[in-house]
Amino acid sequence: MTKPKQKANKALPFEEPLVQLQTKITELKELTRTADVDMSTEIASLEERMARLEKEIYENMKPWDRVQVARHPNRPTTHDYISRLFTDFIEFHGDRLYGDDEAVIGGIASFHGRPLTVIGHQRGKDTKENIRRNFGMPHPEGYRKALRLMKQAEKFRRPVVCFIDTKGAYPGKAAEERGQSEAIARNLVEMAGLTVPVVSIVIGEGGSGGALALGVANHILMLENSTYSVISPEGAASILWKDSALAQTAAEAMKITAPDLLEMGIIDRIIPEVRGGAHRDPARQAEMLGAALEDSFKELRKLGEQELVDQRYRKFKSIGVFSEE
Amino acid sequence: MIIRDLFKRTKGEATIPSDESKNVPEGLMTKCPECKHIILTKELIKQDKVCPKCSHHFKMTARERTENLLDAGSFRSIDDHIRSVNPLEFPGYEEKVKKDSEKTGLNEAVLTGFGTLDGREVALAVMDSHFRMGSMGSVVGEKITRAVEAAAERELPFIIFTASGGARMQEGVLSLMQMAKVSVALKRHSNKGLLFISVLTNPTTGGVSASFASVGDINIAEPKALIGFAGRRVIEQTVREKLPENFQTAEFLLEHGQLDAVVHRNKMRETLSALVRLHGKGTGYDEAEAESE
Repeated sequence: MTKPKQKANKALPFEEPLVQLQTKITELKELTRTADVDMSTEIASLEERMARLEKEIYENMKPWDRVQVARHPNRPTTHDYISRLFTDFIEFHGDRLYGDDEAVIGGIASFHGRPLTVIGHQRGKDTKENIRRNFGMPHPEGYRKALRLMKQAEKFRRPVVCFIDTKGAYPGKAAEERGQSEAIARNLVEMAGLTVPVVSIVIGEGGSGGALALGVANHILMLENSTYSVISPEGAASILWKDSALAQTAAEAMKITAPDLLEMGIIDRIIPEVRGGAHRDPARQAEMLGAALEDSFKELRKLGEQELVDQRYRKFKSIGVFSEE
Repeated sequence: MIIRDLFKRTKGEATIPSDESKNVPEGLMTKCPECKHIILTKELIKQDKVCPKCSHHFKMTARERTENLLDAGSFRSIDDHIRSVNPLEFPGYEEKVKKDSEKTGLNEAVLTGFGTLDGREVALAVMDSHFRMGSMGSVVGEKITRAVEAAAERELPFIIFTASGGARMQEGVLSLMQMAKVSVALKRHSNKGLLFISVLTNPTTGGVSASFASVGDINIAEPKALIGFAGRRVIEQTVREKLPENFQTAEFLLEHGQLDAVVHRNKMRETLSALVRLHGKGTGYDEAEAESE
């Protein structure tokens, strides 16, 4: 069996000016080498411009730019973080009720020498894997497997980490027949009562109830360029303005980026990304994520069983904006 | 021009409501949207707003529901003072909420409070689909949460009638988080050994279906109610196959093991009353034994 090769990182539309400049620099360098003309001053000035432009573009990313980074085909997935951060990972399958949903993976692993339960949405890296994993869009059995593993973690006093990375729960006939609503709803209620620390990290797209079903945590963290929303920008545009082409406008209006959610008091912390997005350096990104996870566990380890439940209760109880006259 | 005006039908004076208002009977007579049967509105209300000919369950407002269900005059609402704001600054959102508030006489898409059912006190939440399609934003989430908390505090059963298109888009991810907020409160209520009955009415979809509506100790639905996670159109586009006629109806869910019962509205009051009685204080086997000693 051959492993699918990682494709080269595709440039995103907002990175186009950088690509053009880079092409020019390469051309000039090539010219210097072959045509015996000295372009070194021009090259130096272009490279300086390049550095400035990079800073300008990557430090002022618009919500729609982040959406594209979050959807980048090479963006690290749950499995990438598991293999880089944890040892002893053993995957557990099945919900014991119907089947095994490969859009959700989970199991036991060691993090800095201590066991934990890890669960996450899993997208595919290529079309073949995506079909097997249903593009990371779970059926009810995915959520029921997740809940089974959380309950198991509670029994053995292991903390739980959930990686959120889904466009949403799968909207299909079989999913409805087997109780997609109930599966999500059950997770929300049962996660509320877990007596072990739960940390949820949004690593890509956090789409609606299908994301929240792994998200009733003591700490919610988001990677800098990930999104978390009630509906995709395309879906919002089509409902609100009957035009899915207005997705870019919707991405701004819906406040779905990590800084937006931090401001609204929904998430606890933003995990910075390597310049240009996690796909640029997955190893370094995993280190940064691991450090944040360790910080959260350190903080939560101080809390007793009831304190953990109470902290989670107060956290979600306080979310909402309204007026009381 | 003037002569033509003489013959023009003046719709405003017709006693049979036009199509747009078929669900909100205002006139003397009401026409059933299913079987086209025409019935005296007064008579329809006496029949719990169920068509006597085809059993079509008309939509009910939250007020109508509380009156229909609880002992006469027993309902006391709470949290009528909480108001929606416009957290994402969506153009026109405040006006829409204000308009629906005037139309329904409610502060938001759910009415909450306490009342008695054959003398037994219950905490009740009734969603109203005439208010922004019953969609859930911060206020709906907060009101339901407070009702659940009050029920837990006073050790009362909690009954909810759901009617909602799902999360309220204009409040973005804040509305998504209301699903979790109500859930954490329900867990506390449940841990005290208290009863939670969810009654799903037409329509219960999206985020409401995927949270509190589906996790009652007992889940009941009204006949033919539309209940589902994803919209029918979305599913058809995704799976590219014809969906069965009764897809996402209460009967479909019952068949697939997602409901305890489908209960006709004429039987709803007595069903709920019996359930509350059977879960009352002193009904646990050990409690009963202690009493007989």
